[in-house]
Amino acid sequence: MDAIRTLNSRTVVLPATDIDTDQIIPARFLTTTTREGLGADLFHDWRFTADGEENPEFVLNQPQSSGCSILVAGRNFGCGSSREHAPWALLDYGLHAVISTEIADIFRSNSLKNGFLPIVIDDVSHKWLLDNPGCEVSIDVEQSTLTLPGGKTVSYPIDDFARYCLLEGIDQLGFLQKHNTEIDQYEETRPWKP
Amino acid sequence: MSDGTAKTLFEKVWSDHLVKDETPETPAILYIDLHLIHEVTTPQAFTLLREKGLPVRRPDLTLGTMDHSTPTTPVRSFKDLAVVGEGAAKQVVAMQDNCKEFGLELHGFDSAHRGIVHVIGPELGATQPGKTIVCGDSHTSTHGAFGALAFGIGTTEVGHVLATQCLLQRKPKTLAIDVSGTLQSGVTAKDVILAIIGKIGVDGGTGFCIEFRGNAIEAMGMEARMTICNMSIEAGARAGMISPDETTLAYLHGRLRSPKGPDWEVAAKRWLALRTDDGAHFDKSVRIDGSTLQPMVTFGTNPGMVMPVTAEVPDANGDPSFRKALDYMQVTPGKPLSESSVDVVFVGSCTNSRISDLQQAADIMRGHKVAQNVRMLVVPGSQQIKKDAEELGLDKIFQESGAEWRESGCSMCLGMNGDTVPSGQLSVSTSNRNFEGRQGIGARTILASPMTAAASAIEGRVADPRRYLQD
Repeated sequence: MDAIRTLNSRTVVLPATDIDTDQIIPARFLTTTTREGLGADLFHDWRFTADGEENPEFVLNQPQSSGCSILVAGRNFGCGSSREHAPWALLDYGLHAVISTEIADIFRSNSLKNGFLPIVIDDVSHKWLLDNPGCEVSIDVEQSTLTLPGGKTVSYPIDDFARYCLLEGIDQLGFLQKHNTEIDQYEETRPWKP
Repeated sequence: MSDGTAKTLFEKVWSDHLVKDETPETPAILYIDLHLIHEVTTPQAFTLLREKGLPVRRPDLTLGTMDHSTPTTPVRSFKDLAVVGEGAAKQVVAMQDNCKEFGLELHGFDSAHRGIVHVIGPELGATQPGKTIVCGDSHTSTHGAFGALAFGIGTTEVGHVLATQCLLQRKPKTLAIDVSGTLQSGVTAKDVILAIIGKIGVDGGTGFCIEFRGNAIEAMGMEARMTICNMSIEAGARAGMISPDETTLAYLHGRLRSPKGPDWEVAAKRWLALRTDDGAHFDKSVRIDGSTLQPMVTFGTNPGMVMPVTAEVPDANGDPSFRKALDYMQVTPGKPLSESSVDVVFVGSCTNSRISDLQQAADIMRGHKVAQNVRMLVVPGSQQIKKDAEELGLDKIFQESGAEWRESGCSMCLGMNGDTVPSGQLSVSTSNRNFEGRQGIGARTILASPMTAAASAIEGRVADPRRYLQD
């Protein structure tokens, strides 16, 4: 995972609530054995018509969305399946953060392990972002803040360890492996064996 | 007890598995007792192990099956099973190769124990009270029915568990959902969990581990309890648990991987002690009167959009997401779903594919025909369940009514294996997700119990199963 300290971008807005991981990447695209290339099918059934044409109504297909790397979405983004293909697809497409008022647990955990930023903010700031698509915002990972146009700064909650891993580009497996001795000891001394 | 020593089931299992407790700076290191793996969410994790030159730390605590991408078309021999699609076929081969290379037990096409990962864990007795159980699948919450702490993880975490048998975790909050009273005839565990999700919402459990309790839960058999815990994730909770009791012990006794002889006595005593202590504190509590519940059906595109089967579709009240869901489903506020004609009925999935589910559907189907223009698929959760059902003659009941009787797998729950609902068609499904396109591009899904699904198959429209119980 690459280190990430700041992210500046215009926003692209998907106001729907409860956007599930089946919308982010439908199950039929999970028959893959690699992480790469999933961006082509991100939001597939919203992005493309039944004939496989780009749906001009869908915001990601509109010219103003080009180059945007921050998504603003309705409450409870990423609910449903545990597929890590969801953040892989978002990143592969070029999106690096989602801002919402609530983000589903497993999706958030998967996102943080891949350097995709799950940003949860208050209702008022979120409403403003929904109403002002395409505005330029800035995320400061070290300060855990989101800066809106005009300089208003909103802080967002993030686990200290997750933030540290994002800032340093740390692989959490390496962290776990450093505790091998403790894991050995746990296995030897636990009162019952699975 | 109210002196602070009273503990919940969750707290007992959590603290028993701490290699290292959490601090403000670092998450807990949680030991995992059982890692279930399947073909869809593991290939990238095995690639990581290979790149780093790491072995699987505990092959003996890892158990594999193939379920998501696998065909369910009836065959005489497993050798005749043809995987649909190049990607799926590659995935199946990769799973076989990975398990062989890393020395892992895999229940592949030639195994009598193959089945949906959340069905075979309990069936083999691998799922046990007090264990920590993970799998790269959000419905891992199913195993919580046994008093295990079980939750879905992503593929990066699958890699962590393969390599270290541990996960980095923050302790979730606890939510007690107390279901009291006696369920009415025709009301099943599926209706109870749908009603719960309707009440607390699809994000009502986010950040929590749920414990389902109360006399309505205690009166349920293990298969019904699995249906309840299975859909915890549809309320946003990664895990749902039920305190182990005599029903739990009776289910596990004599299973392949259950402790035997004197070990059984020791384990049974330890398991019963896991029960949440009287007076233990939960961060949040919800109460539901089970005696008032009706058979439930969803009408929208998430499992929280749910109502009694006899009710009328509610109004969107200006909520654009709600409106969009009703439009997608082609349902009209103020009208009951019984006016919608059904194209497909699916009985199966890790939610409702166990023998009692199939029995309930068969009891409704007996002596009736599947309506013209309805395709009904019955997909047992495992090869063992298929065999058991055939011994009971359930396959004959389904086939004589005009339903298809298939091999085991996830099948039409998520349509990865070629079993899909055609675009625009309406499906009544015993699965767990009615998301847009979940069962196929443009498919419209109504979630329901096996009884409601069977009644709907007979009538060719969304139907109340209770009228078939009075026959």
